[in-house]
Amino acid sequence: MTEPNPSDRAPADPTGEITDGISEDGDSAHGSANGLSRRDLLTGAAGAIGGALLARVGTLDAQGAPAQPTGVTPATAGAQVLADPTKAPGLPTSGQGTRSPFVSPQRTPTGAIAGSSLTPLQDLSGTITPSDLHFERHHAGIPALDPARHTLLIHGLVDRPSVFTLADIMRFPYVSRVHFVECSGNGRAAYRDPNNETFTAQSVAGLAANSEWIGVPLRVLFQEVGAKPEATWFLAEGGDACVMTRSIPMAKALDDAMIVWAQNGEPIRPEQGYPMRLLLPGWEGNANVKWLRRLELGTAPWMTRWETSKYTDPLASGTARQFSFEVDARSIITAPSHPGTVTKGWCNISGLAWSGRGAITRVEVSTDGAKSWVDALLHPPVASKAFTRFSIPWSWDGGAAALLSRATDDTGYVQPTREQIVAVRGAGTDYHLNHIVGWRVDADGRVFFYGDS
Amino acid sequence: MRRFMCTVVVALIASACSGGTRAETGELPASGRYELGRAATAAEIAAQDIDIGPDGLGLPAGSGTVAQGAMVFGAQCASCHGVRGEGISPFPQLIGREPRAGFPFGRDPRAVKTIGNYWPYATTLFDYVRRAMPQLTPGSLSDDEVYAVTAWLLAQNEVIAGDVVLNAETLRLVKMPARDRFVVDDRKGGPEIR
Repeated sequence: MTEPNPSDRAPADPTGEITDGISEDGDSAHGSANGLSRRDLLTGAAGAIGGALLARVGTLDAQGAPAQPTGVTPATAGAQVLADPTKAPGLPTSGQGTRSPFVSPQRTPTGAIAGSSLTPLQDLSGTITPSDLHFERHHAGIPALDPARHTLLIHGLVDRPSVFTLADIMRFPYVSRVHFVECSGNGRAAYRDPNNETFTAQSVAGLAANSEWIGVPLRVLFQEVGAKPEATWFLAEGGDACVMTRSIPMAKALDDAMIVWAQNGEPIRPEQGYPMRLLLPGWEGNANVKWLRRLELGTAPWMTRWETSKYTDPLASGTARQFSFEVDARSIITAPSHPGTVTKGWCNISGLAWSGRGAITRVEVSTDGAKSWVDALLHPPVASKAFTRFSIPWSWDGGAAALLSRATDDTGYVQPTREQIVAVRGAGTDYHLNHIVGWRVDADGRVFFYGDS
Repeated sequence: MRRFMCTVVVALIASACSGGTRAETGELPASGRYELGRAATAAEIAAQDIDIGPDGLGLPAGSGTVAQGAMVFGAQCASCHGVRGEGISPFPQLIGREPRAGFPFGRDPRAVKTIGNYWPYATTLFDYVRRAMPQLTPGSLSDDEVYAVTAWLLAQNEVIAGDVVLNAETLRLVKMPARDRFVVDDRKGGPEIR
């Protein structure tokens, strides 16, 4: 029997989900075509005014040949900028906005039917992840669901088995909450390969995103259908091509679980579960079942594929931890980060921290590889089970530096080192990996991943 | 606190609405219900209720043999998983009991998880294949075919004998080698790293 070499497969897979197959080694180079094209601009008002007014500045060199400065994305090559933008009207109004042609953040990798794309954390500010940059993780592609046909069935240990349309769900009293969603596999790549200096903030921690969600508390729905007191677990099932299922304790439904239908001011994006998904604040992403079509109440977990062979944490003791729902606290410095650079003088060390158990109370930053730590500023809002933005001003003197961040949450949990996790779970453990990571700054200002904290 | 928050939510909703005692008072409806949605029919439930519990609850009628399963696997699964279930990257290896002793996955990142050495319940295999496989034509196998391919995979993993006919009665009695390896999460926040 031929045994595939796992070390050949693991690095290409940020989620640890190699076993889902199909194009997990998607090439990010294929994902660069979403920027504003030159034709787009020329068909706008500027084009009507006439090409003579367009001067090729910035992204095209003096001879009109495309310039390719470091860090400028291909999309930028389509930008047409007047020598003096105050001397001609700009573009007209449009139905949907686009980013500046000088800004082109990209999820990577792209093209996987059963795979993931990661949030470009290094390109973002604040705490809300733009919906079109929210990481993706799906096991059988993104289904196209008609909101007029899609329904949510609730049955099992209930007095009134019921069917709800999206319109029904939207008539219930709703709540608005800001919460992160984080894939269980986030951090796995850096745990497996702590010395890979080419990792980026995106590849190390980009299986996480933070959104404003709107929906009905699940306890309201369960009261509506008359959940029986003996129900202790419920099964959540998606309407995608793997009809994904997870078993969830009823206690979460009675606490803060929601059925959400809006994200960041608009209907949930298809990649995130349109028209409705389960949201379990602070719990591993996979359990937040997207494209939700069915809830069944029962008395024991169903032991689905995604809570047995996947998303369980093998331990050095010869066991595997199951139902590891709550996300432990983590932080990541997003700037500076690889492949960026720093220059002498002042800059901001900036990043994100979050905990699935509550609010972040402290983020410490080290610039000397964990020899000393300084408290970073936590920018409001500092909300429970949500991204918290931290920053600290830093003046680089040109010497060697190693930048690390360490989060503490309101349970008193302090983000561990990789060595601490290896000691309690083992080097082969999987999922729910949140160790301290950072960035090494070389004398020439180049920045590289620094993973062995 | 929870009830209070519900009441506040309703009150906020109510302030934006007009008319109706409920809206005026901001109280939860006396019944605790909003009388939305409609009753589900037995047929609707049956059409979607395909899940199978670890005790075998939900397993359908039908049966399959290991020999039949070899045919199904060869026709439906081998193109991705290999003719011997060895996996064709990135599709996973399905068959293998190595190492025979122990459960090294926490210690050894190179240890490859398979159905035979990691999956704790045989019912999961039936449920997953029926709902999600083959990946490009999910849900296309008959219940007999799912029983058969489940039988072949369990036999190849040396979990059942080659002459076992798999059906609802025999499948629910299968005990997987890794059944007792799983423990419930014991992390609880606080300063201890687990």
